[in-house]
Amino acid sequence: MRNADTYSKLVFELSGEGKRGYVLPSLDVDIEVKIPEGMARQGSALLPSISEPELVRHYTLLSQRNYGLDSGMYPLGSCTMKYNPKVNEDVAAMAGFSKIHPLQGQDSTQGALELLYSLQCMLCEITGMDKFSLHPAAGAHGEMCGLMMMKAYHEDRGDFSRNKVIVPDSSHGTNPASATSAGLEIISIKSAPDGTVDIDALKSVLSDNVAGLMLTNPNTLGLFEAQITTISRLVHDAGGLLYYDGANMNAIMGIAKPAHMGFDVLHLNLHKTFSTPHGGGGPGSGPIGVVKSLEKFLPSPVVEKTLDAFEFATPEKSIGKIRAFAGNFNVLVKAYCYILTMGAIGLKLASEIAVLNANYLKERLKGPYKLPYEGICMHEFVLDGLEQTAGGVKTLDVAKRLIDYGFHPPTVYFPLIVENAIMIEPTETESLAEIDAFADAMLAIAKEALSDPELLKGAPHTSPVGRVDELVALKKPVLKYNPD
Amino acid sequence: MDPYIPNGPEQVEKMLKFIGMGSVEELYKQIPEGLRLSGDLSLPDAMPEATMVRELSAISAKNANTDQLACFLGAGVYDRLVPSVVSHIAGRSEYYTAYTPYQPEIAQGTLQCIFEFQTMIAELAGMDFANASMYDGASACAEAAIMAVRNKKRFKIAISEGLNPEFSSVLETYARFNGITVARIPLRGGLTDYSAAGDSLEGASALVVSQPNFLGAIEDIDEAGRAIKAHSGQLIVATTNPHSLAVLKEVSLAGADILVGDAQPFGMDLSYGGAHLGFMAATADFMRKAPGRIAGQTVDSRGNRAYVLTLQAREQHIRREKATSNICTNAAHNALKATVYMSALGFEGIKDVCMQSMSKARHLQQQLSAYGIKLLYDIPYVDEFAVVLNEDAISANKRLLEKGYIGGLPLKEYLAPMGLNVNGDVLDRAMLIAVTEKRTRQEIDGFAQCLGEIS
Repeated sequence: MRNADTYSKLVFELSGEGKRGYVLPSLDVDIEVKIPEGMARQGSALLPSISEPELVRHYTLLSQRNYGLDSGMYPLGSCTMKYNPKVNEDVAAMAGFSKIHPLQGQDSTQGALELLYSLQCMLCEITGMDKFSLHPAAGAHGEMCGLMMMKAYHEDRGDFSRNKVIVPDSSHGTNPASATSAGLEIISIKSAPDGTVDIDALKSVLSDNVAGLMLTNPNTLGLFEAQITTISRLVHDAGGLLYYDGANMNAIMGIAKPAHMGFDVLHLNLHKTFSTPHGGGGPGSGPIGVVKSLEKFLPSPVVEKTLDAFEFATPEKSIGKIRAFAGNFNVLVKAYCYILTMGAIGLKLASEIAVLNANYLKERLKGPYKLPYEGICMHEFVLDGLEQTAGGVKTLDVAKRLIDYGFHPPTVYFPLIVENAIMIEPTETESLAEIDAFADAMLAIAKEALSDPELLKGAPHTSPVGRVDELVALKKPVLKYNPD
Repeated sequence: MDPYIPNGPEQVEKMLKFIGMGSVEELYKQIPEGLRLSGDLSLPDAMPEATMVRELSAISAKNANTDQLACFLGAGVYDRLVPSVVSHIAGRSEYYTAYTPYQPEIAQGTLQCIFEFQTMIAELAGMDFANASMYDGASACAEAAIMAVRNKKRFKIAISEGLNPEFSSVLETYARFNGITVARIPLRGGLTDYSAAGDSLEGASALVVSQPNFLGAIEDIDEAGRAIKAHSGQLIVATTNPHSLAVLKEVSLAGADILVGDAQPFGMDLSYGGAHLGFMAATADFMRKAPGRIAGQTVDSRGNRAYVLTLQAREQHIRREKATSNICTNAAHNALKATVYMSALGFEGIKDVCMQSMSKARHLQQQLSAYGIKLLYDIPYVDEFAVVLNEDAISANKRLLEKGYIGGLPLKEYLAPMGLNVNGDVLDRAMLIAVTEKRTRQEIDGFAQCLGEIS
C-alpha cells in the first residue's frame, strides 16, 4: 500500500509555530514602514506554517490521490482528454513568453504579438472563419462572448426584438447558461428519434424573436448533423445566426469546416481539441471565430498585422472586454506549438483516428451495453447503460467499478436525453492495446453486474477513498477548514 | 508516423476489419459530400519537436523579458518572487493532466487542494467562504456585481473610478448585456470622492471599490461601507494586491459583503496577462448564490474524511439557464500554485512580502524625490504610486528599456476618465510605478538615477 492511499492530513494540520517554507532576502533598504493608524489588519489568518520538505511531501502525496491523463485512459465524453505534449509546457515556460508584462509595450513584445496573430490565422484556416479573437478564457466564456456578439449584430441592424436562443435538448449545460449570461432567453427543442435536430421542431420555434441557434456538430451524441445545410438555411431565412459550440471539433479537423456548414460564430476549446492540459479544471482557453459580417463586434483586443509590425486593435463596434488583457497567453502558446508539431496532415490524422477509435470501441461494447443510436459515430458515442442488470445496478455503479480496473470513468448521465447515459470519447492518443483493455474491463463489469451486483454497488474498492457522500456535504456545507 | 498518435497502419487495419469497413474515409460518409474538404488545410508542414522549439525560441527572443530587465510596472500584474517549489508541485502531471474533479474517489488531490485554497483565501479575506477560483480578477469582479444585482434585484451598480480599468471595462460589458446601469464615482486627489457621488449610490445594488486602488492608494473602506449601506446596498471590494490583505484592515470590518480579486501575485508568471487567477470570497449569505465550483468536506463509504464538489445546484451542468453563472472550466491549476505559494510563505511571509515592498517603494520615492520627481498625490499607498516625471513618460520608458528597466505605466490616458483633472503638461509626465519585494536596492537606485539624470 502506498503512503498516499492512507494519507489524510490537511496542510493546516502540519503547521508548527515559527516554521517557514520560504525565506525572503533581507531587506536591503533602510526604511521601516508603519501602517497608518486605523488602516492596519487587526487579526491574523489561519494559514499554514510549514517547512519546505513537509510542504513538498504533503502536495506530492495529495497528487498521488489524483488520477491524471498520464496515469491512464480518461475517456470522458465531450471533454477530449487527449495527451498533453510535454514539450509544449517547456515552450510556454520560456522567459520570453512567461516573463513578459501585458502593459510593457507592443514594441518590446513583438514576438508575442506575432505568435497571437499567427494563431488567429491558423484557427481561421482550420474552421473556415474569417477572423478570430483569442480573448475568452474558456469554452463557456467564448459562448457568452459569441452570444453577446450575436445580440450586438442584431441591435446594430436596428433589430431589438431578437432575445431568444434555440438549443437542442441534447446541448451542453453551458449553452443555456451562457445565453442567460449574455442576457438572452432559451428555447429548448426536442431532438428527433435519431438523436439529431428535429427539423419540424426547429421550424415551429423560428420567429422574429430568435437571435440564433446554438449547435454542436458532431452533436453531444457523437452524431454528425447531416441536415446541417438545411438547418442553417432555415435559421438564416428567419433572420437568425448560427453558433457553433466547438467542443466536438476534434472529430472533423481537416475533414470539414464549420464555416462551410453555415455557422456564423464559433468557439474552440484549446484545452480539448488543441491538446492543452485541463489542469484539474482550468485554465483553458476559448477563442472565438466569426464570419465577415460579425468581425466588427469581436471583443477587444485582436491582433492586426501592419506593414512592419504586429499590433493590438479594437474592432469598430467591439462588444468590449470580457476579461483582462489579451487572453490566456500561456495556454495559447501551447496550442500554437501543438498545431506546428501536427501540421495539416497530423491534425487530419488525429481526427480520423479519434473517430476510428470511437467506432471500434462502440462495436466492442454494444450488446452487453444498450446502444440507443445505431450507425457510425464520430469521435464519441453514447450508451444507455447495461442491457441486463440485477440487484438495481445503475450506470453510476458501472462508472465507479471502472476505477477498480484502473480507468477513469466516462462521462455519465449526459446528455440528459439518454436516461442511463455513458458517454465515451477515447481520443486519438490512446493505443489499441489500451482501448482493448478498457473494453475488456467494461465487458467484465457487465458480467459482474449479473453475478455480483453488490460488488458494483460498493465500488470503487481500490481507490484511496470509497464512494463519497455528496448529501453530507450538501446538508451542512463545510467549505473551509475549522480547527475546532 | 505522428509521435502523439499510437495507432499506426497495422492497428488501423485491424480496427477497420473489426467494424466491417474498408477505409477511414467511409467513417465520414455521414458528412454530405459537399461539406467534405477535398484538399489539405493550408498550414505549415509538421515540425519535429526540436525544429518547433528552435522556431519558438526565436519568436520568444523578440520579447523583452523580466529575466533580463528589472520590472517597475504593475497596474494589476506584478513581478514578484516565486518559490521554486511552486513550479515543481504544479508540474506534477497528476495535477495538471486531470479533469475537473467529477469523480471524487480518484480526484482527492485536486479536491483537497481546492478546499485548502478556499480556506486560505477566506481566511485572508476575512470572509465566511471562498469559491474554487474564477478566470481572472476582472471577470470575478463582474460576476460579483451580477451576483449582487440578483440578490437585491436592483439593476444598478455603482463603481469607484479607482477600480483597475481592466476590471471596470469588463464589468461594463457584463452589465450592458444584463440590463444593468453602471454609475461611476470619481476620484479626487487620488482617492474615491464620495461627496461627488451625487445620486450614483441611490438604488444601486452594490458599490464596487478597489483596495488599494488603481493608483496604489489605500482607500477608506469604512467610508465606502457607510456610503453604500446608507442606501441599503452591498459592498464589493476588489483587489489586485492580495498580499495587502495580510497588512490592511479587514474589509469585513467595514461591512464588505464580497471580496474579489486577482491572485496572480501568489506564484503565477506574468505570462502577458494570462492565465491568471480570479478569486471570490463572500459572507455566508452568498453560499448558494455564488458562481463557479465549490469544494466541500464530507465522508466516504469507509467513514474517512473526504472532499467533493458541492452546492452544485447553482451550476450550469445541473441548472442550465437557471444557473448562477455559466462558468465551467475556471483556473484550478493556478489555484494550486497559489495554494502552494501561500503554504510556503504562511501568513507572516505574505505580510513580509507586502511590508518589504512598501519599504522599497518608499525608498524609491525618496530617491526620485531627490531628483525633483514628486508624488502626483501625497496620499497613503501600499507599494505602487503615481509620480510626475521630469520628462514625457512614454519617452522615459524607451530610455529605461535601453538601460535594462521596464518602466511604469504612463498615466496619460488613464487620469481624465477617473475624474482627475490634471493639466496637460503634468499629464504627459505622470507615471504609475510598482515596487515589489523582488527589486534590489541596486535596481531601485539605478532606476531612480536613470529617471533623475534627464531633467
